[in-house]
Amino acid sequence: MKTFSCLCGNVAATGRLGAALAAVLPRGAVVALDGELGSGKTELVRAVAAAAGVDPRAVISPTFILLNEYAGRLPIYHFDAYRLARDEEFAQLGPEEYFAGSGWSFIEWAQKVARFLPEERLEVRAETTGETSRTFHFRALGAAYERGLDALAASLGK
Amino acid sequence: MIVLILETTCDETAAAVVSDQLEVKGAVVASQHDLHQRFGGIVPEIASRAHVERILPVIDETLRRAGITLADLGAVAVATQPGLAGSLLVGLTAAKTLCVALDIPLVAVNHLQAHVYACRLADGPGVFPCVALIVSGGHTSLYHCAGPLDFTLLGSTIDDAAGEAFDKVASLLGLPYPGGPAIQKAAAGGNAKAARFPRAFLGQDERLDFSFSGLKTSVRYHVERLRAKRPDGQLSAQEIADVAASFQAAVVDVLVDKSLAAMRQTAAETLCVGGGVAANAALREALAAAAEKAKFRLSIAPLRLCTDNAVMGAIAIERIRAGLYEELDLDVTPGLVRT
Repeated sequence: MKTFSCLCGNVAATGRLGAALAAVLPRGAVVALDGELGSGKTELVRAVAAAAGVDPRAVISPTFILLNEYAGRLPIYHFDAYRLARDEEFAQLGPEEYFAGSGWSFIEWAQKVARFLPEERLEVRAETTGETSRTFHFRALGAAYERGLDALAASLGK
Repeated sequence: MIVLILETTCDETAAAVVSDQLEVKGAVVASQHDLHQRFGGIVPEIASRAHVERILPVIDETLRRAGITLADLGAVAVATQPGLAGSLLVGLTAAKTLCVALDIPLVAVNHLQAHVYACRLADGPGVFPCVALIVSGGHTSLYHCAGPLDFTLLGSTIDDAAGEAFDKVASLLGLPYPGGPAIQKAAAGGNAKAARFPRAFLGQDERLDFSFSGLKTSVRYHVERLRAKRPDGQLSAQEIADVAASFQAAVVDVLVDKSLAAMRQTAAETLCVGGGVAANAALREALAAAAEKAKFRLSIAPLRLCTDNAVMGAIAIERIRAGLYEELDLDVTPGLVRT
């Protein structure tokens, strides 16, 4: 499937979605996240990373530092474009070197740097649907990610 | 001995020349206006690869200000952790190159320990042992420091850093970047009790971690509710001031409360505070009041040493005194090491 949406009623549900996503993400996956402040982008990354063996306390916002790296069962690169004034500044981080590896790359505020992202990627739009509930809208760009979304929907029983 | 210190952990490209008597002979931070003028052109504010362009001019200018040449150096020190990997590598590579070319030793600096050392530079060796609160745009951590090189992490943020929360709340309120000074200014005319924002882990004395993501989200909801009540959807200046003051109070409450809990747990007699958010006046006042009440010594880094700089890397002198030199295959450690 090309698109899939999942309502998470609270942080624990986001944790379960992240674990399910970690089970279906292909090697070298690039995941582009968007959504307003506090919509759950970092929380979803934390959930995926935790499922991949990273201490969830180590998953913190990369807004200031621009890029956090976590050593899970595969490397996880956590980018954040929030405070970049120009998208060229993202290119100066050398993202293509990270995208080309076998690890997973997550990019928060991805719309700001869209032209530097690979054509094949998983897009996630986080939407605030209540005080604690968040809906995550997935869009697969490329066959590998479409298969991933099929598996994600199946594992969540949808 | 004269030591050159390099700092490239995030945005700032900085260098300093310090003697083994902790005398600062010259220092440059590359976001400084005078460097723009001296070297011409715009210095990019955010770009790890921009460190490559800036590091040599910054070293040259620092040596010039110190009135020395490379031949006068006895060692080169460099911040190797934590920070942005690509940025750290620029400083480390420059330091290694100088060490090989000049045949002098390499010294590693921990950026967070250096923030604490800014207090030592200002207030003398008696600040140790201490509890240290490092609070900035990228870090919010509590340490117990038995000595200048003996650090134990007590707790740190599990999501956003305090300075980041200031920036994002400023953005929610339509205030300029950086958010710290903007919120402080707006809060001056506000009622800190106008809104009751969450204070994560407050009262849980056994837990010395911080969390500011929920506070940010709570402010967002509050601002949206205020907007919905107004026909033009815009907050009044008073509402902005009240939200800014209430938000700032929530951050300060948590920072002070956790610092006090850490002081009690460790029985330390001094609290050292460093990092960019340590420049916040409300935090400084609240810490001063808490120190007077609980009768401990408070050492807050001077304003010029709160934000990232290389002078605080003078902690390298402590490592030199302890004989702690590095091999040339030293690597960077981007992440915060939780032990």
